[in-house]
Amino acid sequence: MADVSTNSPRLILTDTNFRLWLPLFWIGLIAAAALFAPLIAPQDPLAQDLMMERLPPFFMEGSEPGYWLGTDSLGRDVLSRIIYGARIALFVSLIAATTTGIFGSALGLIAGYYGGWADRVISRLVDIWMAFPPVLFAVLLVAVMGTGLGSVIAAIALIDWTRFARVIRAETMVQARMDYVDSARIGGARRAATLVSEILPNVMPSIIALLMLEMGIAVIVEAILSFVNLSISSDDPTWGSMIAEGRGAIHFAWWVLLFPLIALFMTVLSFSTLGEGLKQHFDPVLK
Amino acid sequence: MLLKTVFVRLLTTAITLFGVAIVVFVLVRVAPGNPIAMMLPPGATEKDIAALNAVYGFDKSLAEQFIIWLGGVLHGDFGTSITLRQPVAELVLGRLPATLELSSIALLLAVALGGCVAVIGARKRGTGTEVGLDLTSGAVLSVPDFLWGLIFVLVFGVLWPVLSISGRVDPRIDIDFTTNFYIFEGLLRGRLDVVGSTLSHMLMPAMSLALPLAAMIAQLLKQNLKEALTQDYTTLARVRGFSETAVILREALRNAALPTLALVGVQFTFLIGGTVIVERLFAFEGLGNMAIDAVINRDLPLIQGIVLLFAALFTVINLLVDLSYTFLNPRLRHG
Repeated sequence: MADVSTNSPRLILTDTNFRLWLPLFWIGLIAAAALFAPLIAPQDPLAQDLMMERLPPFFMEGSEPGYWLGTDSLGRDVLSRIIYGARIALFVSLIAATTTGIFGSALGLIAGYYGGWADRVISRLVDIWMAFPPVLFAVLLVAVMGTGLGSVIAAIALIDWTRFARVIRAETMVQARMDYVDSARIGGARRAATLVSEILPNVMPSIIALLMLEMGIAVIVEAILSFVNLSISSDDPTWGSMIAEGRGAIHFAWWVLLFPLIALFMTVLSFSTLGEGLKQHFDPVLK
Repeated sequence: MLLKTVFVRLLTTAITLFGVAIVVFVLVRVAPGNPIAMMLPPGATEKDIAALNAVYGFDKSLAEQFIIWLGGVLHGDFGTSITLRQPVAELVLGRLPATLELSSIALLLAVALGGCVAVIGARKRGTGTEVGLDLTSGAVLSVPDFLWGLIFVLVFGVLWPVLSISGRVDPRIDIDFTTNFYIFEGLLRGRLDVVGSTLSHMLMPAMSLALPLAAMIAQLLKQNLKEALTQDYTTLARVRGFSETAVILREALRNAALPTLALVGVQFTFLIGGTVIVERLFAFEGLGNMAIDAVINRDLPLIQGIVLLFAALFTVINLLVDLSYTFLNPRLRHG
């Protein structure tokens, strides 16, 4: 039986030490930037100043104090835009990953536990969904639903639920054959109650690990949608829209691309490392 | 038994494709924004609008539209692009070679790179080199193709501008090919200038697509190689005097390759899916780039055609992978 309680907290500190703490440190940093953006950001992220356009970052000649990472083609401060961009990135990743996780896990639990027609229908849906290229699907969904934060979140959930459904379905099928499930049923528990109170806690570690991976994916999808100008309104600073601007101005102002790219890169790497670390931490075989 | 397996698999593929057609149709039809209104000049009369609606079949019921559309699709008629005013099938088939070449080169790169890293990792097992390779491939794996593409744009666009960062081929080269397979036809015709230019434009997008898969191959193949290296037949080969590298390449690799091949097959569809954004990033004139333009311009017939083609491609690749795995694996053959 996969017993979660045998994973003592001590193991987090020793075994997978840096794999968990390093990403947590970065995500904490980004979360703090997002929360306290108005206090930290040195400039107004939307303020355009044509006298200050394409200023280089602080270590280069021609930089201006107060504009540490330089400015973009409209004279907006890159650092302040990255700090404000963290808000949208983290908000989308948190809400989208949670929605995706709840939706996909519920379908996976049902398919894995009830089997029969429920399983056949859900598995066929997963097959159909997996036949679409995810990025194209996301772009199409946002085009259908209209741009905006809600659409981006809905698009992520509508595409990526299959990731949870597949993994949780397989795990539920394994758990459903365990003795403790039988004993709960013999003890008089209803099937739905057994699913929620016996099986769900045992697949929870996988759900949590998948959630972390999904948060990283959500950050990327939001950035991709911003990049093709289909995320939220173009006024709000997002890492993806900054990257799109930077790609356009690559030959004049590379820093407009580099710094948001570093923020995005580190955040995605942190979430996926955390997800992998948790997966190994929860999995008695891999440990 | 085998025949039954194949039949069931073909049937589920057909169901999947039908489901895909329904999803594509419904999604595109509920999309807001009236494409007809965008085609007509301001001041068009109700009659003009109705006439154009009739031309595109928008005046019929949704079910009727679906049946007409599906019937056309089965005959190879995907409708007419609204923005480009050309048959969708023609447009899509014109771009498909670019995307196929890009994905194939990326797949080759991934297998070559991942295979080399796996063999080196297995050869140096238990050393710091293996740990280093593991950590690197772990990190490479967590970074998606979009980010690799951006990193390459920065490195080769700014730091070391040796490769072009946009387009498929040098526009100054005169190409009068009958197909759009620039590499393939270029090789056949001996036009090495075209092949060279295409490859140098393709290297970075292909590398962006290849890196995550290469890391995956490196990890899985190395693990399988290490398992194979503890088996009796590899010990026997060592006793017979083969060097460790020879044992890996001649004995272990053959047995470790099968599970890796299955993974490569499945992941190849994800790689093709990645071309959508990577092509956009490098302004590479393939299907994906066209798809995003179609979405932005609300060109419904074109979007339908491209999404359907991608979905069919994915489904067929998955089918082929499953079937070849069934044939290659003796244990599944009699299942």
